[in-house]
Amino acid sequence: MNKGPTGRHSSHGSKDLVVPGDVITTDTGFMRGHGTYLDDDNLTASVAGEVERVDKLICVKPLKTRFNGEVGDVVVGRITEVQQKRWKVETNSRLDSVLLLSSVNLPGGELRRRCAEDELTMRSYLQEGDLISAEVQSVYADGALLLHTRSLKYGKLGQGVLVQISPSLIKRQKTHFHHLPCGASIILGNNGFVWLYPTPGQQDEEAGGFFTSLEPISLSDREVISRLRNCLLALSAHKVLLYDTSVLYCYEVSLSQQVKDILKPEVMEEIVMMTQQKLVEHEG
Amino acid sequence: MAGLELLSDQGYRLDGRKATELRKVQARMGVFAQADGSAYIEQGNTKALAVVYGPHEMRGSRNRTLHDRAVINCQYSMATFSTAERKRRPHGDRKSTEMSLHLKQTFEAAVMTQLYPRSQIDIYVKVLQADGGNYSVCVNAATLAIIDAGIPMRDYVCACTVGFVDETPLADLCFAEESGSSLALALLPRGGQIALLQMDAQLHQDHLEALMDAAMTACKGVSKVLDEVVRRHLQEVSVLTGE
Repeated sequence: MNKGPTGRHSSHGSKDLVVPGDVITTDTGFMRGHGTYLDDDNLTASVAGEVERVDKLICVKPLKTRFNGEVGDVVVGRITEVQQKRWKVETNSRLDSVLLLSSVNLPGGELRRRCAEDELTMRSYLQEGDLISAEVQSVYADGALLLHTRSLKYGKLGQGVLVQISPSLIKRQKTHFHHLPCGASIILGNNGFVWLYPTPGQQDEEAGGFFTSLEPISLSDREVISRLRNCLLALSAHKVLLYDTSVLYCYEVSLSQQVKDILKPEVMEEIVMMTQQKLVEHEG
Repeated sequence: MAGLELLSDQGYRLDGRKATELRKVQARMGVFAQADGSAYIEQGNTKALAVVYGPHEMRGSRNRTLHDRAVINCQYSMATFSTAERKRRPHGDRKSTEMSLHLKQTFEAAVMTQLYPRSQIDIYVKVLQADGGNYSVCVNAATLAIIDAGIPMRDYVCACTVGFVDETPLADLCFAEESGSSLALALLPRGGQIALLQMDAQLHQDHLEALMDAAMTACKGVSKVLDEVVRRHLQEVSVLTGE
């Protein structure tokens, strides 16, 4: 008896949830995607999640997973190692990403060939522990990402707050750099690392992205950033998709509460509910 | 041990269970937000917590990376308050190292490591209360944690400890019953494949078959319970993320 690709239906609508070892189909006409494996002609799930069928391709999307980078993704990462001619960056993926010396903009914005001296002074540009924003240039065969910061909007990050959330909660958009009207800026990295920082005053060039100012940030800016951070944690706890509009609505809705109260579970729930309502109103 | 009957004439054990009855299993997934995967399980009075990190870049000794597979790194430890007498050395002693090695071997058989070359997967298991069947409960907890982390596995890995008293196999031993012969079996239930079989006691060869059958039946029972836990968790989380 050939079991068609219907599997088990949950009582909540059309979601098809499987666990490792569940046979999805015995029909050999399907191609197997991620999250599945072939066990004697049976297409079996290897992770717990939802079955996705696109024409003849069947894959299982797990509930949470490490970041799987694709070309063009914007990521926020932390330098873990300085090697010969390249840096290793931790981006919440299954292997550390690689940032080559030839893929960064040198201070001063010069365009010149990298010499031996540049190699020796790599540490003066980026050290272990520094945070950077970069774009994925390509993906190696084993899954490691190749990053580049060849644009003035990428580079070393200065003063701000990093929030780590699940990569599946970041919505893919045209741009991931936003200047929020509430007075702070946000970088929504596709890898789940979100960077909050005070909006830079003058929009002048920052010397190739390696110059970071150490001037003290005003109290009002700090409050805005703290509130945003707590809102992000509230939204991620309730698995709400994050993008500039949802973050902004959550911020506005939370203005009635004190910053530290946002972290209380009851307040979190209330705020998230109001945010979702507002999102539905404005976006249908 | 006068008066301590492991199996009464009516077929009841010390805690009132029948010979083939499992202890009550309660489990939860996703208990730690900062780990990739985590689970907490209680089997009767034995309680264990498992945490999984990975797959991630190999930390520590770089020469241990495998070019075609992920390395699984397991650490088993018992809380100092987990046993009747305070445990002076929670990890690093010989028993813990042996258990860690067994857990590593068990999961290397089930986790599809060839999908993650040059990576490392860390599994940390801690026994919070030890009342028999430590290895089995740890395997069950680690299975749930790995599923929670989204790491692909061929199938669940379910384990159970069984013993033999008065010609009857007893399933899911508690601490008092473990003093006799105890056999621990880790099974991949759907295919009936054995991931690990361990026993260090004396048992007559004729009884081995019956004991193995009892162990396999018990493991399949455990797998049903774990399955329920996973499906319930899936349902809850998918309701949150669904529109």
